[in-house]
Amino acid sequence: MTNLFSTTRRGALGLALGAAATFGLAMPAAAEVSFEGKTIEFIIPFSAGGGSDTWARFNAPLLGKYLPGNPTIVVVNEPGGGSTKGSNLFAARAKPDGLTVLGTSGSTQFPYLLGDPRVRYEYADWEIVMAAPTGGVAYVSPSTGVSSFEEIGKLKGQKLIYASQGATSLDLVPLLGFKQLGLDVQHVFGFKGRGDGRLAFERGETNIDYQTSSAYIKNVEPLVEAGTAVPLFSWGALDEDGNPVRDPTFPDLPDFSEAYELMTGNAPEGPGFDAYFAFFTAGFPAQKMMFLPKGTPQEIVDVYQAAVTEMKKDPDYIANKEAILGTYEQVTGKAADTLYKRGTVISPELRKQVVDMLAAEYNVKLGD
Amino acid sequence: MIDTLLTAFATLMTFQHMAYMLLGVVVGLTIGVIPGLGGIAGLSLLVPFLYGMDPISALGMLIGLVAVIPTSDTFASVLMGIPGSSASQATVLDGFPLAKQGQAARALSAAFISSLFGGIVGAVILTFFVLVARPLILLFGSAELFMLALFGLSMVAVLAGRSLPKGLAAAVIGLLIGSIGAAPATGEFRMIFGTEYLYDGIPLVIIGLGLFAIPEISDLLRKNASIAERNALGSGWFQGLRDWWANLFLSIRCSGFGCLIGAIPGLGGSVVDWIAYGHAVQTSKKNPNFGNGDIRGVIAPESANNAMQGGALLPTMLFGIPGSGSMAVFLGGMVLIGIEPGPSMVGPDLNITYSIIWSLALANIMGAGICMMLAQPISKLTSVPFHYLAPFMIALICFAAFQATRDLSDLVALLVIGVVGILMKRFGWPRPALLIGFVLAPQAETFFYQALQFNGWGFLIRPGVLIIAAMTIASVYFGLKNRVDDTGTSGESVVTSHASRTIQIGFALAMMAFFAVALWDAVAHSFLGAVFPLGVGVVGLVFGLILLVHLWRGQADHPAFFDYEIVGDHVGNSGNSWFWTGPAWIAGLVAATALVGFYISMILFFVAFLRLRAKASWLMTVVLTLAAAALILAMAYMLSLNFPSGWLQGAYDLPWPIR
Repeated sequence: MTNLFSTTRRGALGLALGAAATFGLAMPAAAEVSFEGKTIEFIIPFSAGGGSDTWARFNAPLLGKYLPGNPTIVVVNEPGGGSTKGSNLFAARAKPDGLTVLGTSGSTQFPYLLGDPRVRYEYADWEIVMAAPTGGVAYVSPSTGVSSFEEIGKLKGQKLIYASQGATSLDLVPLLGFKQLGLDVQHVFGFKGRGDGRLAFERGETNIDYQTSSAYIKNVEPLVEAGTAVPLFSWGALDEDGNPVRDPTFPDLPDFSEAYELMTGNAPEGPGFDAYFAFFTAGFPAQKMMFLPKGTPQEIVDVYQAAVTEMKKDPDYIANKEAILGTYEQVTGKAADTLYKRGTVISPELRKQVVDMLAAEYNVKLGD
Repeated sequence: MIDTLLTAFATLMTFQHMAYMLLGVVVGLTIGVIPGLGGIAGLSLLVPFLYGMDPISALGMLIGLVAVIPTSDTFASVLMGIPGSSASQATVLDGFPLAKQGQAARALSAAFISSLFGGIVGAVILTFFVLVARPLILLFGSAELFMLALFGLSMVAVLAGRSLPKGLAAAVIGLLIGSIGAAPATGEFRMIFGTEYLYDGIPLVIIGLGLFAIPEISDLLRKNASIAERNALGSGWFQGLRDWWANLFLSIRCSGFGCLIGAIPGLGGSVVDWIAYGHAVQTSKKNPNFGNGDIRGVIAPESANNAMQGGALLPTMLFGIPGSGSMAVFLGGMVLIGIEPGPSMVGPDLNITYSIIWSLALANIMGAGICMMLAQPISKLTSVPFHYLAPFMIALICFAAFQATRDLSDLVALLVIGVVGILMKRFGWPRPALLIGFVLAPQAETFFYQALQFNGWGFLIRPGVLIIAAMTIASVYFGLKNRVDDTGTSGESVVTSHASRTIQIGFALAMMAFFAVALWDAVAHSFLGAVFPLGVGVVGLVFGLILLVHLWRGQADHPAFFDYEIVGDHVGNSGNSWFWTGPAWIAGLVAATALVGFYISMILFFVAFLRLRAKASWLMTVVLTLAAAALILAMAYMLSLNFPSGWLQGAYDLPWPIR
């Protein structure tokens, strides 16, 4: 508890400093860069109506309001190839003039980290504007005999069933996570979304599940109150330095690394944990990111980051953010940079380890 | 309870709410008229207005939009034979023949009154059902969903056409096309042949347009006439209302089906219209004329598809799981407004739920009312000489097709499926059977695998499974008894020539080759990834062989034979042009797109088509081309989309819209 408190306070301080620093840098440049009368394309490599699209449509008008010259930002959906198509398009075509930005999600990060042959984009080339984190909570059915998270050890040796969207989807994080905890989980694939998975849990077809924070609060907490679900742990959040901490939305629940210690008695480390951690970061704390293309001049990056900082003070933003972002804050500047680096870099050994495991145990072949 | 109902009703009836709803309805109708555009496009138009609106008005606007799309998409289905959206594919089957007979106004008014009625029945059912729906929806596990997918497939029996092996083979083609892309159990990519486009499978809109719209266009292009072949229009408007009244109970039953199927998450709305259509065929005893303009074939799907939107609201609101494509969009809109769906929608937020349900009924009334007024004038389109209409239709279809991934590959896929559709139409292969197979392939495979994982083979004796199995068997039985033929000229024996027999065998062999390719591809995959295409492919080969035996050995009047080039009503008329006229023009457009991008090629296509094919004057050509260019540009601008690009765009940096 105390740990959490000091971290968030430090985080908040760091954030404020970071923001001040970027803003200070941006001021002289802002006079030169202007998007007056321009239209900025915000490429979203997903169809309209999904999470990333909603996120983009929430941010677009607000960001436009605080960019110099008040440009119009339009959301352009370029779906296909599990978001690789739109991202490839951005990588190949976008000019570094600040008029094209890309919004990625965990589904864009994962194929990149796994080395999917369809990926022709390079995260390291891009300039990060902001990152939007998300979180989630894993829970089990009381039929497992677990009545609170302290009893997580009872799960050892039990047969658990999880409704998954696929081994290379965002559900790769629970797949790797459960494995690290030493749980015996049968992953049943082919679910269309976490909502579908929750339905299977409610029908009693599965006995372990997780939901992202807002869905958890709205749909699972009533189950917890009714005694038909028991929360285990949150996936956790990252502090300013990239260390795992409890999720500020669920301060009373242990985060994954605490659950790891509870289960295994060891400190969270080793290659298996590192592999999990890379995909966790790409899937949760750095889930949605906004990028400028390769070679964008620093002054354009600066005005964008400054606009994000300003946007977050807008009354409309404050009034509506909870519906879109949950209780998490979008970050820019240094904080975003940390998330971006952590969420898009993986060592070749770790990549190979995960890809080999997926191939051996789940028959996953990336590509043809 | 009564209190909640009254509060909900009062907020609904305010002027402000009604005004916003009307705005949503008008946008929805406009979007729905354009084939291929649905709720997703509509939402992107309305989202900028959502901020700062009070939630009830914003919801009204969204509901207005979503509710009426299956109403106005009927225009394209009936008047042009283009399935306006996946919800009105079945309407094409009888609606378009009616339009060709000059009865467009009758078909439209029957469709709109059915839509209106379906929407209201849906809302009435929901008013009561919503309170008890949560546990009921949870009764449908993977096992039951698999059985429902089978029930949907049983409609193939009724739509198999005059030769059963042919119909089943067509359904297998659909199932195999539907299995292209990632396997649900393992994520392996099947039948992609190294093509990135195929990783995601072929989009439904392309299958629908390719199978139904392109063959009709190509047919009409050859005949050089207007769509309405006989007496222009007439006064069918009241006739349509009377038709609906005479089939009131059919309409009620189909609305009920629609609402219930929409309420079950996972099955998807795309089969509702076919199930309703199949049901109409199975239960109609008096003078069935399905496939050639039976008004019941319009009433049934149109009653069901609007009611389905109501049903689909349930999983959306109670579980946050979209019950259909447009509900996914509605869900996104709800989140933007700040309403998070969940169990509270039947608890503290019940008044919101009721205002949503009744807005749906109101929107249906508004939408159908407006459409009815427009039915008569718009159906005049069918008397326009087709060669002026054709370029617009081709441009619209292509526009609709590339909404899928906004890529040239969409147009190529459309052309390929279109050619298959043309040949299927010519040789009497039932296209609806293929479509049903395509739509249900992923459901059948996914739910079967999940049911086995969750319940083992024991899933077969679950009570829900047994009930649905009994329904399926009954459906197959009645289906086989009342088989319908969408190839026209039913019942008469068809005598084929020797030359025609050879090409029919050729086409059947080509389909067998496709099965073989699917099998060959499947063998390379793991057990879980291969078992579905293997099983289905073997079934296809068996029925394909039976068909080949029929074609090889059968008498000249065997039901397996069919060639529209011999029995079609155009045969013997003068002025029929080359069989491949339509596809050739479309292929030209696609090829030009690969070279200079879609927008430039569309303009070139218009000029070329109007001058060379329609023999229009330069003035006419310029006016029509400008009109089309402006229309497409306006739509692209509003939806902020880039057109598919070609070689030119890759080589030079051009401004929008020719980028």
